[in-house]
Amino acid sequence: MSIRFLDAGESCLVAELGDAINVALNRQVRALDLALEQARVEGVLEAVPTYRSLAIYYEPLIISRDALRQQVSGLYDSLEGQEDRAPKVVEIPTVYGGEYGPDLEFVARYSGLSSEEVIRLHSEPWYHVYMLGFVAGFPYLGDLAEQLAVPRLSTPRLKVPGGSVGIGGKQTGIYPVESPGGWRIIGRTSLRLFDPSSEVPTPILPGDKVRFMPIASHVYAGA
Amino acid sequence: MQEHNVNAFEVVRPGLLTTVQDLGRFGYQKYGVTNSGAIDRTALRVANLLLDNDEGCAGLEATAEGPTLRALVDLVVVIVGADMQPRVDGKAVECGAAIEIRSGQILELQRARRGLRTYLAVAGGIDVPVVLGSRSTCLPAAFGGFRGRILQEGDCLPIGPVERSPALLIGRRLPAEWLERIGDILTVRVILGPQEDHFTPEGIRTFLSGSYRMTPQMDRVGVRLQGPAILHQAGADIISDSTPLGAIQVASDGQPMVLLADRQTTGGYAKIAVVVQEDLCRLGHAMPGQVVRFCRIALPEAYAALRAHEERFDALRRTWQSSPERRSSYRLRLGAGSYQVGVEGDRGTYRVHLEGMERMSEHADAQ
Repeated sequence: MSIRFLDAGESCLVAELGDAINVALNRQVRALDLALEQARVEGVLEAVPTYRSLAIYYEPLIISRDALRQQVSGLYDSLEGQEDRAPKVVEIPTVYGGEYGPDLEFVARYSGLSSEEVIRLHSEPWYHVYMLGFVAGFPYLGDLAEQLAVPRLSTPRLKVPGGSVGIGGKQTGIYPVESPGGWRIIGRTSLRLFDPSSEVPTPILPGDKVRFMPIASHVYAGA
Repeated sequence: MQEHNVNAFEVVRPGLLTTVQDLGRFGYQKYGVTNSGAIDRTALRVANLLLDNDEGCAGLEATAEGPTLRALVDLVVVIVGADMQPRVDGKAVECGAAIEIRSGQILELQRARRGLRTYLAVAGGIDVPVVLGSRSTCLPAAFGGFRGRILQEGDCLPIGPVERSPALLIGRRLPAEWLERIGDILTVRVILGPQEDHFTPEGIRTFLSGSYRMTPQMDRVGVRLQGPAILHQAGADIISDSTPLGAIQVASDGQPMVLLADRQTTGGYAKIAVVVQEDLCRLGHAMPGQVVRFCRIALPEAYAALRAHEERFDALRRTWQSSPERRSSYRLRLGAGSYQVGVEGDRGTYRVHLEGMERMSEHADAQ
């Protein structure tokens, strides 16, 4: 498989490694990101790994796009056997339902399950973190149980509290900071997903595995 | 508390949407943290240049209606961008020129005429804490800048140390070419991609030939335009990927949205093109109803334009670069008083500035 390079303006080169969402392809993207970081290429400002591509932001008056392409191709060719960063496993203590998860009952009704079954299906799997994006600290998680897929709100809420755990279509995720949002909110976590005072400002990183751990609401309130 | 970290001004009236911004935050998009920074980077850069600040010093970005500020110490400031008819103690002052504001004086910015955003740079730069490598306010995640939010009445903003004697700055003026205004039709240069192959050839033609109007849906996240629908090949959705500054995404309704400094870092709509950074500064001044046209250029042309743009900056920098032959500063003792005296010379004309005097003295000597 070779890289498909795409220009995204005068200062962003996208290295696309495939056109699918799967863990193996995503791992390659992260490996390329790591190799690029270690190569400390002059003129590269930052790189953003996503599902299947790495966006590389550069200063074109310092490194030309062609020189950058060559470097990235070289790094990609020597990725064979590169060790992956050991993934962290992160448990996300979550209060389901009630005031913290106003849409839990809707999800249960829509999917023909009891609230308890929704909680069990949602908190059972280890979710793969494909990438961070959208807003600060937001993890794109893989593989929600199919029974739990529900349509988004037709009118998004203007304010979803930070820490809210939601389902939108076939995806689940956590709103790290208060923001508008159209997902169905089924719970809330007290885990802080974004801390700007830390140089690595998010406790969850791409490649990590996360699991939601149901807790009682008084535990949350005491946190 | 560091000695230099003095409060420089107090917000009397915050204006519509005034934030602290520098040239942005880089290196954290992989955590979902957007770049933020001045929408019109060029304006902030030249304003800082004129004050001998580092180009990346933080200033204020005012939107549509500017703030009213009270100086708490003597300041030298530059106002660049949309004309907000600045006044000091009720008296009109010049845009694009270094002006002095004395402690206690009131600087008032009003409604923007011609343009949308105005930048206020101050000698020494606004010295809010650096968070994740930048002083820019990140409104979507509510951090950085001044307490992660837009300015409010009563806020007091600190400035950093001023290296240059203010007397040497006052009277500096930006050449007119840096104070350009956008015309009735704003032509914006774009580079096609990264997902131009998600559009039909007709869709690309529509995009490059149509007139699009700015809608009122415009903020620091992005601007929505309205015009002839741009056709996709097979839907607007892609596997979510990185969304660069200036990317033009087209949702299923066929209407373009240009992403700006506070955009989300990833997104799932196909991006037909990316606006050239220099033109993004102009687009940041477009008001609702403004007609925008997109003009395709190739990458090598974009690089040539970027190089030319940077060369203009360098030329501007050289204009003011202090050189011992052209400029010197003395301390002058007159009776009980002590004054900082700046002497600046150019082609037989010398200007003498006295810091600490009520009015700037200016002497032209043809010989």
